[in-house]
Amino acid sequence: MFGRLTWDAIPFNQPIPLITSLVVILALGGVAIWITRMKAWPFLWNEYITSTDHKRIGVMYIVLALLMLVRGFADAIMMRAQQSLAIGASQGYLPPEHYNQIFTAHGTIMIFFVAMPFVIGFMNFVVPLQLGVRDVAFPTMNNVSFWLSASGALLVNLSLFLGEFARTGWLAFPPLSEKAFSPGVGVDYYLVALQISGVGTVLTAVNFVTTILKTRAPGMSYLRMPVFCWTALASNLIMLAAFPVLTVALAELMLDRYLGFHFFTNDGGGNSMLYMNLIWVWGHPEVYILVLPAFGIYSEVAATFSGKPLFGYRSMVFATLAICIISYMVWLHHFFTMGAGGDINAVFGIASMIIGIPTGVKIYNWLFTMYGGRVRFTVPVHYLIGFMLTFVVGGLTGVLLAIPPVDFVVHNSLFLVAHFHQVIIGGVVFALMAGYTYWFPKAFGFTLDERLGKAVFWCWFIGFHLAFMPLYVLGFWGATRRMQHIPDPTWKPFLDVAFLGAVIIGLGIVLTVVQLLYSIKTRDQRRDVTGDPWDGRTLEWLTLSPPPHYNFAVLPDVHGEEAYWTRKQTAIKMDQLIDEPDYKPIEMPIHTPTGVIVAFFASVCGFAMIWYIWWLAILGLIGAFAIFVWYAWRDEHEHIIPVEEVRANARERRRIRMEHLHELSQST
Amino acid sequence: MSLRFAQRGSVASVLLLLLLAGCHRGILDPVGPIAAQEKQLLINSTAIMLAIIIPTMIATIAFAWWFRRGNKKATYRPDWEYSGAIELVVWAIPAMTIMLLGGITWIGSHDLDPGKPLKSNVPALKVEVVSLDWKWLFIYPDQGIATVNQLVVPAGTPVSFRLTSATVWNAFFVPQMGTMIYTMPRMTTKLNLQADRPGTYGGLSSHFSGDGFPGMQFQVQALPADQFAMWAQGARGSGLKLDGPGYAQLSKPSSYVKPMTYGTVAPGLFDAIVANRAPPNPVPPQQHNQPAPPAGV
Repeated sequence: MFGRLTWDAIPFNQPIPLITSLVVILALGGVAIWITRMKAWPFLWNEYITSTDHKRIGVMYIVLALLMLVRGFADAIMMRAQQSLAIGASQGYLPPEHYNQIFTAHGTIMIFFVAMPFVIGFMNFVVPLQLGVRDVAFPTMNNVSFWLSASGALLVNLSLFLGEFARTGWLAFPPLSEKAFSPGVGVDYYLVALQISGVGTVLTAVNFVTTILKTRAPGMSYLRMPVFCWTALASNLIMLAAFPVLTVALAELMLDRYLGFHFFTNDGGGNSMLYMNLIWVWGHPEVYILVLPAFGIYSEVAATFSGKPLFGYRSMVFATLAICIISYMVWLHHFFTMGAGGDINAVFGIASMIIGIPTGVKIYNWLFTMYGGRVRFTVPVHYLIGFMLTFVVGGLTGVLLAIPPVDFVVHNSLFLVAHFHQVIIGGVVFALMAGYTYWFPKAFGFTLDERLGKAVFWCWFIGFHLAFMPLYVLGFWGATRRMQHIPDPTWKPFLDVAFLGAVIIGLGIVLTVVQLLYSIKTRDQRRDVTGDPWDGRTLEWLTLSPPPHYNFAVLPDVHGEEAYWTRKQTAIKMDQLIDEPDYKPIEMPIHTPTGVIVAFFASVCGFAMIWYIWWLAILGLIGAFAIFVWYAWRDEHEHIIPVEEVRANARERRRIRMEHLHELSQST
Repeated sequence: MSLRFAQRGSVASVLLLLLLAGCHRGILDPVGPIAAQEKQLLINSTAIMLAIIIPTMIATIAFAWWFRRGNKKATYRPDWEYSGAIELVVWAIPAMTIMLLGGITWIGSHDLDPGKPLKSNVPALKVEVVSLDWKWLFIYPDQGIATVNQLVVPAGTPVSFRLTSATVWNAFFVPQMGTMIYTMPRMTTKLNLQADRPGTYGGLSSHFSGDGFPGMQFQVQALPADQFAMWAQGARGSGLKLDGPGYAQLSKPSSYVKPMTYGTVAPGLFDAIVANRAPPNPVPPQQHNQPAPPAGV
């Protein structure tokens, strides 16, 4: 009846997961009670959970990412504590079977459920606004994508309460992840969760490639798109091509585990090298899926806060597309140490380094964007400069790893761990924090507190360097990764500094929460009435903060590379806005619970798969499919916003912009 | 331009050497030709890159600071967004650096190919390496002996390894001797290393392989050639036997295993393991035995 699910699945004898489970359950219960007390369920259901509005979905993605960041960070600090303690004769406080789950969960969660939803959240929120359109191409599918990602996150976290998570490392290399060596439910949690969220990610890619290629405001030619949109396009193209490979690799491993196939087993003609290739054919482009939109965010921040157009726009676009293509041709650098021979290693080593060229160009272009500008040292600019300083060093260590003979001595070491955290924290996380500060007022109508924001930045910046610089040194000393026990007592001071760094990053995360709460409390002091708090250059700053559901009363007519800046300057010069357009009623997609119900059934199906409850798995699958069919036969597609409402809102908006213009023209 | 870069490069490499001078261990303290060349390559490449990275970092801070909004002396050029000359330079600098490093990579990848035999007047010692859950088996086919978690090699003599795994992936790594390489089930890899300086060096698995993974440390003893011959002579025929039952016993999952020596080895054991013909490996149970803490460390 319940497959392999028994009472033994609950970790009664392990205090850490048990207590964590209880705390999380109590916290969730508390939040649910609070929402009920505030009578906020209808609001949440109508405005967020069932929303097809790209802005609301973007916000939900980012909330998911921030929640998962807390989970992933808890794993990180437990690992650092274990490595600080388990030295010499001591085994620390985590036995191997627990420690190994923690580093696996840390990697899986941070990449799939923090970095990905954070990046996708920004693409959701920003891309349609910057393109000057009303929504993405497929709004309902967008909602489905989000809920499928959330379903994956739910399943991964469920492994804390029921059973265990994989203890194979975040890429679950076979044969270790095969049934012969990992017979428990951990790898099944990993596989099922990633398959479900992977479907969501592919749908997102379909959605955004279509949106960017097919729905842009009139006059917004390709070479007038903001750089963030270009990077989003490149990122989604990579997603579209790379995620199916992940799906296939994981599906083959599932066939091995569930049905006794022999894709990657030691016997029956299996070959684990095949998995290594497939997973990295996805895994290396994945890095660029994350970092290209991050580059886009830095480009927006650099131009806006330098008060200048981005230097070398075309060069930037070309560099982005070059990275997009070359990112597929380098995967083998993840296993130079398999002994493939000089020619193969050299070709892939050099291909990997070539990515350094467009990336280097981008760094110089941001540098020359600041040159001749009036740089405002806001929080996003702190992240920009912190990134430029940190990332070039991460690039250096990355090129070192791309030289096969150097990789032969630092591969898989703490040097590698330090390198990829340097590019992911210094590159991606800094960008996400910059973007969070930069677009927050657009989403909620008030800015975040600046002082606390700077404190958060310094925690990340200092904490990162303390946490990872010692790991470079330990890597030189021959320290490998994923060690539950440290063999050499002389490494301890370095591991202690790394632990301290993690604590400081933790402080930064706490301060982020404080900043959010404080900013909400004092929001009236920092209202964004103009819709353009940073003197922006792209179309998202043309509309209100927060924008109406339909974004723009009439789709803006785009002239030149910086759609909003050009318009704003003309208006300042003429001291008047363009003539009032002819307003029309607007058709918007209706909100729908399809996504959340599909994800519910997908979660049920996934859970049942993990525990071998076959009847429930079939039921879940049928349920998810039935919802799609039901949705396909819906009668009502769109609702219409009457022209009076559009006109009234637009006139109010014009009045505010006019006042703002007067202020601006007086100040210049 | 190139002269200035060269000067900066040498300053940077001196700084780097000072930084590294304090550390006498790991890959920074090579004991053989492969490790020494790899260390040199690491330092050279770092110096080449620092020559452009340090000026870039300085320029980042300088530009941001000079062009801060409050600075009345800085010229504001709100429309300046393109300069062909600068574009050429910013593409050329990384491109030239990568061309240089690419050349180094091409040469280094071929010279330091793990499978390439080392040039030496002395014939190479053959060692067959098998990673097991969770210990290392070293078979000396020509001597007819085997060891566990202890690799004894003659100093100044090339060692030619063939490697495989009896269970899951691992990587064989002796940081002070250089190049690590994967051990993979049903596949063999080749590796050639040499220790010139007699001594004891730490080795490890550098690819995660399961619960007993941190206990996969081993020792490499590089002995003077005559002492090595004596050791091999003494080990031969004495003590434990690595035959079918002996291998079955050894392949049971265990971690933090003390070094041991087999005086007899079933011939062709390594190839049998590669072909999965050896006494079949028992499947590890779901709850592994807790690895014992390393005694006396």
